[in-house]
Amino acid sequence: MILDIYSFSTLTTYIDKSLHAIMAPWLAVAAELVLIGLLFLAFYALLGLFLVYLERKVCAVMQNRIGPNRVGKWGIFQTVADFIKLVTKELIPIKNADNFLFNLAPFIVIIASFMAMAALPFAKGLQAIDFNIGIFYIIAVSSLGIVGVLIAGWSSNSKYSLIGAMRSGAQIVSYELSVGLSLLAVVVFSGSMQLSTIVESQANGWWIFKGHIPALIAFVIYLIASTAEINRGPFDLAEAESELTAGFHTEYSGIKFAFFFLAEYINMFIVAAIAATLFFGGWMPLHIGHWEAFNRVMDFIPSIIWFFGKTFFIIYLIMWFKWTFPRLRIDQLLKLEWKYLLPLSLLNIVLISFVVLMGWYF
Amino acid sequence: MNSPIDMSEEIIKNIIVKEDDDYIVNMGPQHPSTHGVLRLEVCLNGETVKYMVPHIGYIHRAIEKMSESDTYKQIIHLTDRMDYLSAHMNNEAICLAVENALEIEVPERVKYIRVALDELSRVASHHLWWSAFGMDLGALTTFFYGMRDREKILAIFEESFGSRLLHSFVTPGGLMHDVHPNFQKHIMEFVRYFRKKLPEYKQLLTDNVIFHNRTKGIGYMSRETAIAFGVTGPSGRGSGFSCDVRKTAPYGLYNEINFKEILHDEGDSFTRYLVRMEEMEESLNILEQVADNIPEGDFTAKMKPIVKLPEGEYYQRVETARGELGVYIVSDGKKFPYRVKFRSPNFSNLFVLNTLAMEHLIADLVTISGSLDLVIPDIDR
Amino acid sequence: MNSIIEYFTDIYKGVRSLWAGMRVTGKYFVSPGEIVTEQYPENRATLKMEERFKGEVIMPHDENNQHRCTGCGICEVNCPNGSIEIITKRTPNEEGKMVRVIDKHIYHLAMCTFCELCIKTCPSNALAWGQDFEHAVFDRSKLNKVLNKPGSSLKKKEVKS
Ligand code: SF4
Ligand code: SF4
Repeated sequence: MILDIYSFSTLTTYIDKSLHAIMAPWLAVAAELVLIGLLFLAFYALLGLFLVYLERKVCAVMQNRIGPNRVGKWGIFQTVADFIKLVTKELIPIKNADNFLFNLAPFIVIIASFMAMAALPFAKGLQAIDFNIGIFYIIAVSSLGIVGVLIAGWSSNSKYSLIGAMRSGAQIVSYELSVGLSLLAVVVFSGSMQLSTIVESQANGWWIFKGHIPALIAFVIYLIASTAEINRGPFDLAEAESELTAGFHTEYSGIKFAFFFLAEYINMFIVAAIAATLFFGGWMPLHIGHWEAFNRVMDFIPSIIWFFGKTFFIIYLIMWFKWTFPRLRIDQLLKLEWKYLLPLSLLNIVLISFVVLMGWYF
Repeated sequence: MNSPIDMSEEIIKNIIVKEDDDYIVNMGPQHPSTHGVLRLEVCLNGETVKYMVPHIGYIHRAIEKMSESDTYKQIIHLTDRMDYLSAHMNNEAICLAVENALEIEVPERVKYIRVALDELSRVASHHLWWSAFGMDLGALTTFFYGMRDREKILAIFEESFGSRLLHSFVTPGGLMHDVHPNFQKHIMEFVRYFRKKLPEYKQLLTDNVIFHNRTKGIGYMSRETAIAFGVTGPSGRGSGFSCDVRKTAPYGLYNEINFKEILHDEGDSFTRYLVRMEEMEESLNILEQVADNIPEGDFTAKMKPIVKLPEGEYYQRVETARGELGVYIVSDGKKFPYRVKFRSPNFSNLFVLNTLAMEHLIADLVTISGSLDLVIPDIDR
Repeated sequence: MNSIIEYFTDIYKGVRSLWAGMRVTGKYFVSPGEIVTEQYPENRATLKMEERFKGEVIMPHDENNQHRCTGCGICEVNCPNGSIEIITKRTPNEEGKMVRVIDKHIYHLAMCTFCELCIKTCPSNALAWGQDFEHAVFDRSKLNKVLNKPGSSLKKKEVKS
């Protein structure tokens, strides 16, 4: 099937061409790198602010509240105001803290999430870098952030932080497995690790529909495990505020705290974007088999809207969890992984291989 | 009757052996889950609580001492500030003590209204506990649902007494003034409203599998421990310790009302939770019985402007939302009491915490202290 | 075998109970419940406190700037925390006799615990609750109020017929 969805690659090639026309090749490449970097930086900041705002509004509605409503209409600039407040706040020096590591930690966390974002296909042809091992890269890079968390907990010389960091270490070590295995499900289905190929492979239906039961199981496991991986409720043990006040970032203030805060929300976005890409077709519009007319209509909706629509739907799911459930305890968290999720996802992999071998998917 | 209990065993279990290299974490005085200025010195072994020492006194206001220079009518506004969530019951304790000492019979209407207020305060207090308990466990939404429903009760209070939390509304001999004409109507409206909302509470927490895992089998308190430490109220009743003063030593109208004492004997945090949930329903039943039948009449008995108790000692117990509040008054016949002593429920309930939390995880410590429903100003007084 | 069945029923029951909880929050997400939050500064014009609301102690004055306080000092004695100070002065009345009248009825709002004893015990019903609750000020001394207005005088008791 040939798609006539607008591809951003026309735009990017045009920019590339015109840059090459006016500059030396190495300069053009450098300029492109800077351009992309700046774009991502801006996108990152805006997305972070928007997600914080969204989370507040969503939980407010669920809790019969109004939510932010002071700064701007519907409080839309509330997070901007908060950000300014955080930036201008004092950075409190911690006695006996390991200062170098203490200052380094927020950057590690934020860089990890930055790197993961580079491989996401935001729309047709809009992807910073299309690795042939895209999924593998994202899994590897996104778990780098935990190093930052561990360093933060260790270096801030606070018992709460240390406990929080240790918890988060235990958490990520176990949940990485399930995340990887459930992503493997889609890799088996599509036969590729390259994100663009995976998206293309869903042109006649998303994997969550085409792969029916095993894909659904994989999706649910992925959702649970990745929620745990990004330390969000009900798995927010690393910063369980009723036990550890704020967990690993107890001692951070001002902009350094803002980094952690931002990274947490961006990680949520990344996780949701991966889920959307792998299970819900990424930027691919909703296509059903051979209903050409229907597919045509769907194609009119720009691919970037499809991508963000799906991502925000999954973000909403993650928020819905968080604002409903009590927090798990650390031993229950590990039990959930090792006793339920891991065996189930292993079984699921076997099931999927079988289904794929027999060709029992659409 | 109950067999005599060997308390020594319970107390030996509680003896704390401190060592030099203990890993101490201070929870509080400012900590989100101590719900006030309580400091818990927690010794951890990994994440396991080795022992825990509560430090109190951060909000000591010498209420007992201040009472010695106040008249009996003036003491009432101080009792408000002990367990602020059961303000009405605290007021009533002093008033009943004075009334019994002077042998005053309060009008029927007063008795009915007092019971209605007791139960409304109890439900409001349990609302707050439910909200905060959910929040302790990380379910933040419960907080807002609980508060939303509590607001209805506070609106009733505000309408009748002009204040929402600390309403020194009871005086020796009766009430400050009559309740608002809409009082009964609004109570019935609340009962209907809350009955509709209760299933929500059940779906959100009571039935939740994560909640079960977090609370079942956590912080087991045997009946013996409860008695040895004097743990009363819903926490004690969760361990099968029948300690409802409304039943064991009825005051006011309670011997005429038809209600049952909620007793469970599993003794873990979940049971204490269940007791409170069922108590809310029971309170609604009592409210239904009372609110429709409030008789007409005076809102206060005839009292002398200056209350003087005859020489002697007086003791009165009431059931607050957290357990048994005892008021002990020694009078030397003057208009000020010679000595006032409050036996506050939270004080006893706090000190069982170490026994319950030992060998549990730090997350369970939060669960357990939440399930005991502590109000810190009542501990320090 | 039993344990396997148990394993899967555990999962099923768990998921069902979680779904029940999510239904509650989900329901409120699509059909927001009643919002009890007061939109305070915006609704200032329409905000009306209950008529019994204990905002502060006031001394009602009638249109002739007359109040009912005789300066007897009973409220001062009854206040448990010394929030009231009565200052009296002696002035001649119409018959030229020197009588004691109220000079200043000082009320320390910052110390008041709203116990209502002053209002209840005042023999001439001179005090009442005011509904004003916006008491935030920059200086504590601004909370010390003089309740009788300047130039006010004692209202004559109506002669009982
Ligand atoms: S307000 Fe009432 S009690 Fe106080 S001095 Fe005046 S008349 Fe006496
Ligand atoms: S309300 Fe109570 S505390 Fe306030 S001034 Fe009157 S008597 Fe004093």
